[in-house]
Amino acid sequence: MSELNIDASSNPLKPIEPKISRRSFVWAAGYMASVYGGVKWLSSRHQVDGIPWPLRKGLEFNEGFWGDAVNPDKPARTYSADRITATRLNETIGMVDDYDLASWKLSVEGVHGHDSPIELTIDDIKALPSFEMITEFCCIEGWSMIQRWKGVRLRDFMEKYPPSTVSGAAPDVQGKPADLVPYVGLTTPPTDDAPEGGYYVGLDMPSARHVQTMLCYEMNGEPLSVEHGAPLRLVIPVKYGIKNIKRIGRVIYTDRKPRDYWAEQGYDWFAGL
Amino acid sequence: MANTLYKKHPLAIRWFHWINFPVLFIMIWSGLLIYWANHVFTITLFGHTFFKFFPDTVFTPVAPSWWPEWLSSAGTDAAGHHVRHIWELDFRLAEGLYWHFFFAWLFTINGVLYATYLLLSGEWRQIVPRLIAFKEAIIVVLADLHLWKGKLPVRKYNAAQQIAYTSVVVMGALMVLTGVAIYKPAQQSWLTSLFFGYSTARFIHFWTTLGFLGFFLVHVGQVIRVGWNNFRGMITGYEIVTEEERSILEAQAGGSHV
Repeated sequence: MSELNIDASSNPLKPIEPKISRRSFVWAAGYMASVYGGVKWLSSRHQVDGIPWPLRKGLEFNEGFWGDAVNPDKPARTYSADRITATRLNETIGMVDDYDLASWKLSVEGVHGHDSPIELTIDDIKALPSFEMITEFCCIEGWSMIQRWKGVRLRDFMEKYPPSTVSGAAPDVQGKPADLVPYVGLTTPPTDDAPEGGYYVGLDMPSARHVQTMLCYEMNGEPLSVEHGAPLRLVIPVKYGIKNIKRIGRVIYTDRKPRDYWAEQGYDWFAGL
Repeated sequence: MANTLYKKHPLAIRWFHWINFPVLFIMIWSGLLIYWANHVFTITLFGHTFFKFFPDTVFTPVAPSWWPEWLSSAGTDAAGHHVRHIWELDFRLAEGLYWHFFFAWLFTINGVLYATYLLLSGEWRQIVPRLIAFKEAIIVVLADLHLWKGKLPVRKYNAAQQIAYTSVVVMGALMVLTGVAIYKPAQQSWLTSLFFGYSTARFIHFWTTLGFLGFFLVHVGQVIRVGWNNFRGMITGYEIVTEEERSILEAQAGGSHV
């Protein structure tokens, strides 16, 4: 079909063919211009947390689409001990070097029936039922590791220290989760340079109530090391590594979407897996 | 023998084709920005690494002194000296993610509509290869290399095209499925398990991208080689053929699986 040599003088298509071509090529040129213009337009919109707003809307649309599918009672895959992989250390943002671990306390804000934050020691947390799991930790960069984690499930923690409710009624963490304030924020301990904590994450309530979301104090059978977030870090297999905050200083139950360190740098706030 | 116009590509096919072109480009580009945050894949056989994709100099090539300043950006080299870079591709993960997860919708919707159209219109009969096509494709390749001088049967798509165009549909589906497997490994864990876990799904996703790039190179090369009449067909819909070819092609279009 390709080896046709059209002799222009004897071509019976002459009157019709250029018309079809011209019309189609005008379309093609218009299309190409609009693709170029569309991409230019998208990337030049005013930015919301480092992203042109239509693309930020895109991330929020995805959050709604996949967030509705979060089932707090459906565990992420767990592994047998022989599948555990090498431990990788990536970030220590928000953990200052001269922090006095001995004086660590966990401040919990927005606890039902408490107007001011309550303070807990590590022994208060270890007094809650312990939970152990071997799960995969997925970094948003693309690497992953399988580790053994031990700690207290956030949902058990919330049973004991429940969030306030929207209706003002007594909280029922398992029975009436929709009435709880919709977010949990977590930050590193406040410092002189960062009075709100140098690293901070926000969680939606279904993810916070997920059956494997854990306040972790032991990793691979050893007490949590300083660089992995001693004395208490978050492990949340339904979120990317960026949400697994180390050295938690504050837990905040809130009805306002909490600030999130990496969401402010252009990442997805939801960051769900 | 008189020439005539043959309506080759329906309007829908042409739209699907040209929508996919920039979308696939954006998906591969943003995918690379994501991949580069953790670029680990190599071609390693028997313990010897033959090839590491993207050596570090690719990310921040230093501009030579004659390089125009407006085409470069200020940066620092490994020793901390001020240099100018031709481009900077590292540390653009967030950017890669928000473009990727925006255009993934367009890629998926366009792909699903295309596959649905092929099925409903019966166009699949022209594209899905029969078993004999795998034998015939060898003859097509030999003919393209001018090593076989016979005449190929008149058909909308030859055997090699059928295999290639069917493969990209399968690869597109594989991209979406491995993509979701990496994107939601906890929520859609059944899918991640289907691809033997998170790392394997990421590996397949990467290699299928290379498959798309390979297809793209061959496809564009062939379009250039075959020439204007054929290329114009994907824009106008029409191709100039002989009367005889047209009657064969039109009979095939309304007929059974070729």
